[in-house]
This record gives sequence, structure tokens and C-alpha cells, in this order.
Amino acid sequence: MESAIRVQGLVKHFGEIRAVDGVDFDVPTGSVFGLLGPNGSGKTTIVRMLSTILHPDAGVAQVLGRDVVHQADEVRYLIGLAGQFAAIDPNLTGAENLRLAGRLAQLPGRVARERAYALLDRFQLSDAADRPARTYSGGMRRRLDVAAALVQRPSVVFLDEPTTGLDLQSRNELWEMIRELVANGATVLLTTQYLEEADRLADRVAVMSEGHIIASDTPAALKAQLGNTVIEIGLASNDEATRAERLVTQATGLKADREGTVLRVSSADGTRVLLETVRALNDNDLKPETLTVREPSLDDVFLSLTGKKTITADDDLASVGSRDRR
Amino acid sequence: MSLDTASIAPPAFRHPYRLVRPIRDSISAGSRNLIAYWRVPSLLVFSTIQPIIFVLMFRYVFGGVVSVNLLPYPYVDFLMPGIFVQTTVFGAIGAAVGLATDLQSGLLERFRSLPMSRIAVLGGRTLADLVRNVFVAALMVGVGYAVGFRIHVGVLALLAAMLIVLAFGYALSWVFAFVGLMTGDPETAQAAAFPVLAPLVFASSAFVPVSTMPGWLQAFAAHQPVSVTVTAVRALVDGGPTATNVLEALAWCVGILAVFGPLAVHRYRRAA
Repeated sequence: MESAIRVQGLVKHFGEIRAVDGVDFDVPTGSVFGLLGPNGSGKTTIVRMLSTILHPDAGVAQVLGRDVVHQADEVRYLIGLAGQFAAIDPNLTGAENLRLAGRLAQLPGRVARERAYALLDRFQLSDAADRPARTYSGGMRRRLDVAAALVQRPSVVFLDEPTTGLDLQSRNELWEMIRELVANGATVLLTTQYLEEADRLADRVAVMSEGHIIASDTPAALKAQLGNTVIEIGLASNDEATRAERLVTQATGLKADREGTVLRVSSADGTRVLLETVRALNDNDLKPETLTVREPSLDDVFLSLTGKKTITADDDLASVGSRDRR
Repeated sequence: MSLDTASIAPPAFRHPYRLVRPIRDSISAGSRNLIAYWRVPSLLVFSTIQPIIFVLMFRYVFGGVVSVNLLPYPYVDFLMPGIFVQTTVFGAIGAAVGLATDLQSGLLERFRSLPMSRIAVLGGRTLADLVRNVFVAALMVGVGYAVGFRIHVGVLALLAAMLIVLAFGYALSWVFAFVGLMTGDPETAQAAAFPVLAPLVFASSAFVPVSTMPGWLQAFAAHQPVSVTVTAVRALVDGGPTATNVLEALAWCVGILAVFGPLAVHRYRRAA
């Protein structure tokens, strides 16, 4: 199959920081490619290079066979970008924002107008079409932003953390739209911090850390590597945790990761492991303070791939704060 | 509707006429800035109330201090050309604040990923500022008339004077567009602009004759661009030798544009 996006040896440094440090990947036409990684891992820098906003320091990046540096203008006719920060003019109405995006994408005025209203309808913004975007809620703003990226009917769509900060319903709606885009033949590259999102949408996922791709596979294969389920057991004391650790390993044959008084067991066969764990603890009169069963998260992927924790909650909050500032 | 894509029909890559795109895109981008004046009245209020206050303050508060003996005509006729120029100079800060805001909001990222002309965001912004300046200049003539300002040459000369004011304001818009892109946030842009503008506006012939200033200041005050522009406008409005003054003022406009136009566009291309 023809490549919609081809990236080879891509490098971008900001002073001392190696934001993107030699990245290769290929995205077949009509598929969804997920870049999964924490803040600062280089996802956004890749998107900005692919969307001709930033020049690479080294390497080659092509969109539908066109070089993003030397054929930037041609690339711009083919792509749509919804960045991390809703790029809409707060003083324009929703309809005006979309018409402006359409006109600046070189559509005739009439076509821009028609598509603006059709997209407002599709993104359930018709009621707010003639209200200034500054009156929109966060979710509406994000929908308008994604709609603006689609006015020119791009063949390749870049979505940089499209669902960060969205409520569950808006997120599900956006996922539905991304699937619809792909069903209509578009290629989508999306970045995300959520393993679940990559799992639900992407045909292939590249996990990024410090400017490198540290793993690239189908979501199913990545998850199989990790185990589908994570069981977290919180215990009252260090002594109890030590006893529980031994019991869990004996009962399930799996090694538990220990962090203070919390044990974490990953398994592809969550139900069996959960039952055996609970039985073993119960038989030995160990009563956990907390017991959680969940899907693996980006943190678990990182732990398993690099042996390192990703980001502290503080870093995460700080970056959310800076987003609000912008 | 369904979310169609262009994968079936390949898009046209070139506009048939090379010059159409920059002009069309500048008008599209500029209309966005003009709509902002309409929707956020405080923007327009700032650029009209402030010069009106200057007119009243200088006309009635400081005006009495300026010795009548220095001038062959009433102070208000001396003052208004200065006000016309000062208004456009301060108004130009809007370009810095506006572009810094766009840069910060991520809007410029979207624009830079679109197949639009690379000069359109700046061309549009400066075009919108020009339209605003036409409105503000007309208002200032009206306000001046109300407080006793009278022209001494003719209506055509007044129009020519206004064209110089607008040309100077347009050139300055490019300076501040560059400042806005360099600073990248509105507060810094504003803070960076004022210390540069204050001496240009106040250490000039805009409000008082340069001959009242100490010698060391006169050398600067007489030859800096605000004074040169005010002198040309004054010659056209109040009478006096025009040719050299007007040419000198226009030379400043061209010079400023020739330096800051390319600088701003270059900066826009790489703004991150």
C-alpha cells in the first residue's frame, strides 16, 4: 500500500534539547497512526514538522510523496491540522471561523460557506453557528477546531492530543468522527497520552520517549506484551506488603511490581489472576486496604518498556496549567 | 453530511494568477481583524478615547503654556497635526499586541499549516490597522474642528496631509507586527513598545516647538521620524514649504517599510 506519511531519520533540536532525535515511521494510506508518549517526548514536534510549521534539522519527511520542506506549499493543500491549542479566533463566530479557514485554504467563497455550515451541522454546532467562539465551552471549541482542520477535505489529518481535556461524551463523539474520516479514505496521525485512545483508534502505535520511538506495533501486540489487565493491591503496612508479594507470586506465578505498600500485577488473564490473588490473600488472613482492577495505562507501557516511570503528576499538572495560560 | 476527504479528487496546487493569492488572503485575514473591532468595542474605544483625551489635555491644559509669540497661528492649529501623527503611532501598538495574541493562541500555527500566502497574516493585520486609522483620522479632524482647529491651505492639502499620516501609520504597523512576533506575548509586546514610543512621540515637534527644548535634545527631536512627519503634515495644513518636508517624510515611510516588512515576514515564517 502507498505511504501517506513517510518519515526517515527525522531530527529536531532546540538548543541542547533533542526534541526529536532520529525517528523513522511509515503510515499507509487510509490508516490511523498513533504517537503515544508523555509530555515532552517529541510527539508535537513531529506533528509540527509534518504540517510544515517547523523545519527539521535532519532527515526526510514526506506527505503523500511530497517533501514537507521543499514542497511545503503542496503539502499544505493536502493536510489538515488540529493542534493542541484550539486555533480559533474567539471574536469570530463558529461559522466565520470555518469560512475563514476555508478561504485561506484557497476554496472559492461559496464552497467555503457551504462546507462551513455542513461541518457545523456534523459537529453539532449549528445552534451556536452565529455566536462568537469566545462564548463556546471547551468541548465546543475543540470540536470547532477539528472542524476547521477538515474544511479543505484533507487527505492527511494531524490531530495533536485531540481529546485532552474533553469530557467523556465529547471524547467518544470525536473518536466516532475520526473513524468516519478514515472510513472515507483519509489518513490520520494522532498523538495521545492515553493508551486507551491509541488502542481504540490506531492501526499502529509508536511509543515515544525523549525524542525516540521505543516501540512500534499494533495496539493488540503492545498490550499483549504488557498484559491486558493491571491489578493493584494496596496494603496496610510494609510487612503485609512483603508477605502479600510472596503469596501473590506463589499463587499466580507472576512477579508483582512493588511501590511502597502497593503491589501491581499485570496479566493477559486478569480474571484468573484476580481470583487466585484474592484467594491466596484471604486464606492467609491478609486484608488489602484497596484493590483495583484496571486497563494498562501509558505509565504501565513505560514501566514495561523502559523500566522508568514516565512523568510525575506534578509535571502533568504544570503542563495543563501552561495550556490554560495559553 | 459525511466527513469527505480530498483523496479522490487531487487538489489544484497553484492559483492561476500568482498575485491573486497574497491579496485575496490578506483581505480574508484582515477582515478577521476588522470584525474584532466590531465585536470587541473596547479595542476601538481605546484607539479613539485616548487621542480625544490628548486633544483636550493639550488644547486646554498645556496649551496655555506654549507661548503664543513662538507661533504665527493659534496653538490648536499647531497641535492637531501632532495629534494626527501621535494617534497613529500609539495605535500601531495594536499590531504588536494582536499578533502576539495570535501567536500565543495557536492561531498562527493553523495559518502556517494552510496553503495561504506567507505575507497574508501580516498584510491583513496592517491593512485592518490602515482602515482603522482612516476612521480614527477622520474622527480626529472632527474633534479638532470642534475645539477650534482650522486649516490654512485647503481641503486637498489636508487630504494629502492625511495620506502622509496614514502612510506613516502603515509603516509603523509593520514595525510593531515585527515586535509582536518577536516578543510572543501581548503584555511583553506592550511593555516593549511603550519605552520606545514615548521618547519618539514626546521628544518631537508633535506638541511643542522643538526650539523650546535644550540644545542636545533638539538635535534628536528635530530629525527623528515623528517630527519629520509632523513637520510635513503641518506644512500641508498650516502652510509653509512643503516639497522637501513631504519628501523627507515619505522617505522615512519607505525606509521603515523596506527594513521591517521583510524582517516581519521572515519572522512570521519561522515563528514557533
